[in-house]
Amino acid sequence: MTFASIAAVTTTLILVAVFLALVLNLDQMARNIEQDVQISTLIELTADEDQIVELGEEIEQIDGVAEVQFSSNDNELKSLIDSMGDDGQAWVMLEQDNPLNHVYIVEAGIPEETEAIANQISELDSVEDVLYGQEVVDRLFQFNNYARAIGMALIIALVFTAIFLISNTIKITIIARSTEIGIQKLVGATNSFIRWPFFVEGALLGILGSITPMAVIVGGYYYIYHNLPGITNTFRFIDLLPFNPFAWQLSGMVLLIGAVIGVWGSVMSVRKFLKV
Amino acid sequence: MITMENVSKTYSNGVTALNDINIHIDRGEFVYLVGPSGAGKSSFIRLIYREAKPTKGKIIINGRELSKIKERHIPYLRRDIGVVFQDFKLLQKLTVYENVAFALEVIETSPKSIKRRVSEVLQLVGLEDKAKMIPSELSGGEQQRVAIARAIVNNPKVVIADEPTGNLDPDTSWGIMEVLEDINSKGTTIIMATHSKHIVNTIKRRVIAIEDGNIVRDQQRGDYGYEV
Repeated sequence: MTFASIAAVTTTLILVAVFLALVLNLDQMARNIEQDVQISTLIELTADEDQIVELGEEIEQIDGVAEVQFSSNDNELKSLIDSMGDDGQAWVMLEQDNPLNHVYIVEAGIPEETEAIANQISELDSVEDVLYGQEVVDRLFQFNNYARAIGMALIIALVFTAIFLISNTIKITIIARSTEIGIQKLVGATNSFIRWPFFVEGALLGILGSITPMAVIVGGYYYIYHNLPGITNTFRFIDLLPFNPFAWQLSGMVLLIGAVIGVWGSVMSVRKFLKV
Repeated sequence: MITMENVSKTYSNGVTALNDINIHIDRGEFVYLVGPSGAGKSSFIRLIYREAKPTKGKIIINGRELSKIKERHIPYLRRDIGVVFQDFKLLQKLTVYENVAFALEVIETSPKSIKRRVSEVLQLVGLEDKAKMIPSELSGGEQQRVAIARAIVNNPKVVIADEPTGNLDPDTSWGIMEVLEDINSKGTTIIMATHSKHIVNTIKRRVIAIEDGNIVRDQQRGDYGYEV
């Protein structure tokens, strides 16, 4: 039975660790992409230099704007040509008669405010259009929220299952020792005196149960971290959290969860035996 | 020492075990609790060591009113009360010495004083040469002596014995009574529920008779009063 509950904690914690690693990495990826979201404010072609400067100042005054950068149409064309690689040569001829707008590149301090800021900018004078991958950002946020919610729900369900199993194991130990507990109470033992051996047992079950998951995390994450980039070369944005310190932090978290599961399970099962 | 005022106890199944009990027991008294089975003797005892709570009324022990003691302070109350049962309630895997020391370990006495105190008490009950035996190697009377030693090892002010001689033959019972009298003579209050007419009528002490949850008789140097 002791083995069964250690095994239960082990299984639970491996699953918890996998979900945590997934959720945290997704979170990180989303955050990376969010960080890169910029608002391109296309300035009307008819705007003169004063109007452009004025627009820049107005944008800077909007709440939540972290950075405003001016990029001339020549600059824009150059980066367009660069990003097209060999195909970009076709655009070189346009250098004489640049059809592009001057642009203000705006970054929001908090990525979630991007949309609101973009809306405010579009109302300003001399603005032709505002571009900021709205759809992509919204979907990303949504997906991320779902993933986080589902991951957390699964983690909580797993943790409770493990607590239940541990508390059952300990209940059996307690029933076997109920005479002893009864006598302890009779001669005036305090509840904490009676409780601590079970407390230690619970913590031990939890910690023993978390050894294998920790090994799995460290080994597994090392492998994935060093091999995934090769496999998913096409998805550049998949940028895993670095092995060090993430794998160690995750292991620590798993150890802590294991100990808490064990202690909680034992406290739950001892409680009803301590009623006077 | 022990006072009960208008104490009633009704269990959750509707059985009234005690009905409006008023009693006062002084320090150093030796009291027999007699009456038919199911009359309420055990409930009376359980109320004193706070295994059960009265439905109504006040119980005062050593100046402390039990209903006002917080749940977490009950262990400290119990340390002033030694309890002895008919079935001894010894831990079978522990030696005589360990069983007695157990009561001191749970109240976190220093190992040195545990050693001294346990030897003293084992001597008092006449088991000093059987300290290393386990309960199953002892006779019933010897096991009950171990239980008594455990009950008195932390110098309680009251010893409650629920039919301590109930499982013992008459000769052995006398031995137990000698030990209890000895403890009583050192100033410890003793409350003993018993069905032994012979003991009550021979060692004359205060007799409290309970029937159907009521005290029907309270008599110094009384008789057992029931036909066996």
